[in-house]
This record gives sequence, C-alpha cells and structure tokens, in this order.
Amino acid sequence: MLNVHTPARVALGRVGSSLSTRRIQELELAHGMARDAVHLALDKQALKQSLQDLGLDVIEVQSQVQDRAEYLMRPDKGRMLNPECRRQLTELKASSVPLLLVIGDGLSSMAIANHAVPLVKAIQSDCPWPLPYLVLAGQARVALADEIAQLLGAQMVAVLIGERPGLSSPDSLGIYFTYQPKTGCTDDARNCISNIRPQGLSYQRAAQKLLWLAAEAMRIGGSGIVLKDQSDQRLHQIDPQVR
Amino acid sequence: MSYQQTVAGVVYRFADLKVLMARASPLRSGDCLAGIAAQTATEHMAARLCLADIPLQAFLNELLIPYEDDEISRLIVDSHDKDAFAPVSHLTVGDFRNWLLLDSTGPAELAAISTGVTPEMAAAVCKLMRNQDLVLVARKCRVNSAFRSTVGLPGRLSSRLQPNHPTDDVKGIAAAILDGLLYGCGDAVIGINPASDSIPQLRELYYLLDEVISHYHIPTQSCVLTHVTNQIQLMEKGAPVDLVFQSIAGTQAANKSFGVDLTLLSEAQSAALSLKRGTLGDNVMYFETGQGSALSANAHHGIDQQTCEARAYAVARQFSPLLINSVVGFIGPEYLYDGKQITRAGLEDHFCGKLLGLPMGVDICYTNHAEADQNDLDNLMILLANAGLTFLMGVPGGDDVMLNYQSTSFHDILVLRQLCALAPAPEFEQWLIKMAIMDANGCICPVAEAHPLIQGLPRLLQPIN
Repeated sequence: MLNVHTPARVALGRVGSSLSTRRIQELELAHGMARDAVHLALDKQALKQSLQDLGLDVIEVQSQVQDRAEYLMRPDKGRMLNPECRRQLTELKASSVPLLLVIGDGLSSMAIANHAVPLVKAIQSDCPWPLPYLVLAGQARVALADEIAQLLGAQMVAVLIGERPGLSSPDSLGIYFTYQPKTGCTDDARNCISNIRPQGLSYQRAAQKLLWLAAEAMRIGGSGIVLKDQSDQRLHQIDPQVR
Repeated sequence: MSYQQTVAGVVYRFADLKVLMARASPLRSGDCLAGIAAQTATEHMAARLCLADIPLQAFLNELLIPYEDDEISRLIVDSHDKDAFAPVSHLTVGDFRNWLLLDSTGPAELAAISTGVTPEMAAAVCKLMRNQDLVLVARKCRVNSAFRSTVGLPGRLSSRLQPNHPTDDVKGIAAAILDGLLYGCGDAVIGINPASDSIPQLRELYYLLDEVISHYHIPTQSCVLTHVTNQIQLMEKGAPVDLVFQSIAGTQAANKSFGVDLTLLSEAQSAALSLKRGTLGDNVMYFETGQGSALSANAHHGIDQQTCEARAYAVARQFSPLLINSVVGFIGPEYLYDGKQITRAGLEDHFCGKLLGLPMGVDICYTNHAEADQNDLDNLMILLANAGLTFLMGVPGGDDVMLNYQSTSFHDILVLRQLCALAPAPEFEQWLIKMAIMDANGCICPVAEAHPLIQGLPRLLQPIN
C-alpha cells in the first residue's frame, strides 16, 4: 500500500528483525547490476551520430584518464584535459557561445546513452542562445568542463554527466551548471540538477530548470550559492498547472 | 621541526608533524591520491614508532596549518582548555593511548579532558590504536544532547529516519516516514536530503515534517539537509525549522568550497535558537562530515584525511550539535577504497568524535563504485553498536533512491537492538509503546490495518498546504 507512492523499498515485511530471503536477493541482484553499470563503456560513435542528427557539431575530447580503473582511483586526472585535446581546443578557434553544453560519461555511461539525446533536444527547443556545437568528453569528472569552457571562451557551462549508479537507478543523469567557468572553480560556484530520467525529473523540467538558472546567472552575474533555484516559484507564477 | 626514526639501521626522516602524521596513518586510497601516504610498510611503522614518542604538548606548539592562515586553526588554539588538558599534558601520544585504555580511565575522566584534547591529538592517538581499542575507548565516552528527544544515553541507539525521494514528492516522502516509524525508527531526527534546492519545494518539505511530528506528538525533530543559506532564508520566511544542517570540513578552504564559514554557521545557529522549538534541550545543529572532503576540494594543506576529518569536529563542537555524523562510505573508492578502509575510517571517526565530546553517529554506507557490499556494512554496524554509536541511518531497505548509495535499513536497526540489547531514546521509546508500535519488551509489533498511523495515512498523503 505504501509502495505505490515511492520507488523506495518500503513495506518490505520482516522475518524476525531481518529481511526475508526474497527481499535480500532483490537487493543483491540490484547491487550486481549497478556494479556492472559502473564498468560499462560509453558507445561514443552512436551518441555522436544522434547528436549530429539534432543539427549539432560534436567536439570529442578525453580527460587524462586511461581506463575505468584509473578513473575510479584518480579523480584529479578525470578533471584535466589530455594535452592533445587541450591543443586541439586551443587551435579550434570555435566561435564562443554564451551557454556551452558538455556531455561526460561520469560514473554511468548508461545514463548518457539513455538520456543525453532527449535532454539536449529539450534544452535546444527552449534555449534563447545559439547552440551550434557541444562537447563530448570521455572519462570525465564535472570539473573537466571548466577547462573546456575556458578554452572555448564560453560564458556559462552545463555538464550533463552520468551520476553514481544507484540500486534503483543505474542510469540517472545530473547537470552541473557554472557561470564564468575556469580551471580551479569549486563546488560553491555550481548549481546541480539531479536525478534526471523518466522515473525522476523529466527532460522537460530539467531543461526548464537549467535555462532558468542560466538566465538568472546572467542577470545576477554569478552561480552556485549566490544563485537560488526559484524556478518553481517562477513557473508557479506563470502557469499554476505546471505544478 | 623535522622528525626521524631509525629502524633496522635505516633512518626515516619526516619533514614536519603533518608529514609524520600522514605516514603514520593506516593505508587508504585518499592519502595515496594526495601523495602523502607511507611508501612502504616499514616506513609506516617507523612513523608510528616516532609518533608514539611525540609529547601531546607538541600539537599545541606546532600547528599543522598556521594560525594566521586558517580560522579552524585559530578556533582550535583559542578554544583549547588548559585546565582540562592538565591531567594528560605530560603524556606522549603512545602513553596517551595507554592512559585511555586504563580501567581507571572511565566516563568521568574522559569527559573531564575532552575540551583539553585537540583534534590533532585525537587523530594522532587514533593512528596508534587498533580497531578493538577504538571500540573500547569510544564505548567509555558518554555524550548526550537533546532537542525533543535525548540522544546518546547508555544502552540506547538512536536513528535518523531518512525518507528521501528522487523528486521530493511529498506523498513518497510521507510514505517512507510512516514506514520507518512503524519499524520504530526516527528518534534522532527525521531528515530529508532534498533533490532540489528550490526554496518553495524545500518549504513544502518543512511543513510536511512539522505536520507529521506535531499531529502524532512524536518526540523527535526534523531537518531538511539543504545548504545553510537556504535554511536561514526559510527561517526568515517563517518555515518550521527544528535542526539546522550543514556539511562541514576541517580546513577553512574546504569549508569555503562548501560555501560556509564559522560566522555563517553562528548566524544559522542563532536563528534556529531564536525559534525556541526544542522542548528538552537547545542543541539545534546537525552536521555531516566525511574523510576525503578536504582533499576533494583541494584544500587539505598536505594533511592526511583522517586528521582533516578530526579538525572538522572542532568546528562541530563550537556549535553544540544535537547530532553529527561521518558519512563514511559515501565519498567513493578514491578516498576509501574498500570495505576494510571504510571499516577502519568509521571506527576512527566515531572514536575521535566521542573523545572530543560530540554526539557522534555514523552513516555506515557504501557506493556502487567501491569494493564493498552488504557484509561490510553489517560488520561495521555491529562494531559501532558495540562502541556505543549515538545514531545511525534508517533508509527503507537500505537503498537510498535519491542519493544512490546503500546505507543501514530499518531492519538493520532492529537487528542491532536485538543483538546488543539497545533501545531507542527514552522519550521516543515511550511514544512507540503508547502507539503500540513496540511492546514493553522492545519487540516491534505486527502492523494492524487499524493502526492510527495507517488510518491517518490518507490524510497525510493529501497535498500539504
């Protein structure tokens, strides 16, 4: 009865103080699947094609991480561009954009494979600024986008990245938004929109939140703790039905 | 000042106290990532031998981060209680371990020195202690705090009911709260990690929690774990805020990365105190910490992660919290690689917190990218229950569907109560008996359809406001 209201594991019953064999095995199976999701590699070619079909140029980059094991142990390397990619971005002379989108595999390539394209589409349809291209980053941590955005001269950056896989959500996507990104930015300069997936926050709502944050960041000249997400209040004022 | 130790004819040199501390720390991936861990097992032992002979007084003379550079160093020095320090001021770190383990060192002796012990002294002795020592000494420390319930009394184990929902859906959160209450959990706090940091959505959560707690007269308190500036804003708007939450770390620069400093925390504490919502006590703060947070903000100053963590407790104790917990396995394998490292860190953090006089809980947990599983979680929770843990998390089925990690479940709490003969906070225990959720022997009752919480459910699942 309680479990119709939440995906959380409520009303499980008990045997003595403990969980029943069936409930324990459900949990253990989910753990096994989440463990596998961490190590699954992103199919970059398929993703690139789908993004190009949306009319976007795709710039591919890679962090300094060599493989998944190193990604897990060396977050510092996942935050730095591979020198070759750094050189390429410097030489690219791409026209700078106000809002740059960076897609990174993060801890769940499944999140990117399943949700990046429809989310980019939702952002694209409402975005007041041109989105001629985006960056696809392999073995990426959030802060990798700071360096990318700085090299491309973007005023704001939004990283779409696979969140750490949960038992009930191996494919949850998060967006980290930063105004005036540059190498060395810390978490207090970022706003986060998390749990983006059909069972969580919808693509549409996530896109609305991001674009609200970006417009507000432009207005006040900052992001992170100085920028409070009041997008719901705003939506409420515009259209009470949205809630 | 530099230090050295000769082992089997080889001289090991340590440039300063923080290098010595780092080399003496039990191996963990975060210190390796920072490049400060001992290179060999023998170097590690050389550092521990050397550390054992360092006088506790040295930590007052040689600060790990200079006084001028860091407000937490200033806090540690300025708040050091020399009278409380007197009984142990002549000891070396090694002798301090011996003193802690003496039968004649009991709860009263430990309480008497707590404000004389600095985080660095606690961290140093911790590095010389085995897991069994960390359990034994922590168990002798008595720390209690109160708001609407009293946590930390001997023979008690409290729990935070953590009813998170991926989109902060009010009905989903209410359903998880009722589930947890029916398992007898939630006496430390009912605390939600919101997915959103939108002020209107956060306000809705405060009203939900206030409605549940006041309608059923539950002797507990609520918390919404959003940034402290959001909570200040919501208090200004009249939201029913019980406890103020904030993540904190052990260096000023790491706290800056969290967007906080001591002044801001003080402002938040004053605002919460002015609401006068506690009935039994005025411990209004709830802090979370975790080894590795300073390094992940690139703000560790070359100090090992266990020592940085202990320094965060200096921040916490300045604000007399109701609760503080180390979210020990949350940060990931780059800081604590596997079950062994998580277990050790959980015991260290609990010990240091208790020694420094804090109502220390532990979020015993792991993520799916760490080399750990449910068995590691079981082991650590049983160790910590024996160490006199103040509180732990109660998450439905142990699976947090918002934060994407595994923590302790309502069932785990029942298992620990049964295994270690522990009871919830006394006021909450009485409420559970009155509500026929638990019987007088501490057994949870089967849930009848006619139970008042179940009957009240349809009303609670209506939109609030």
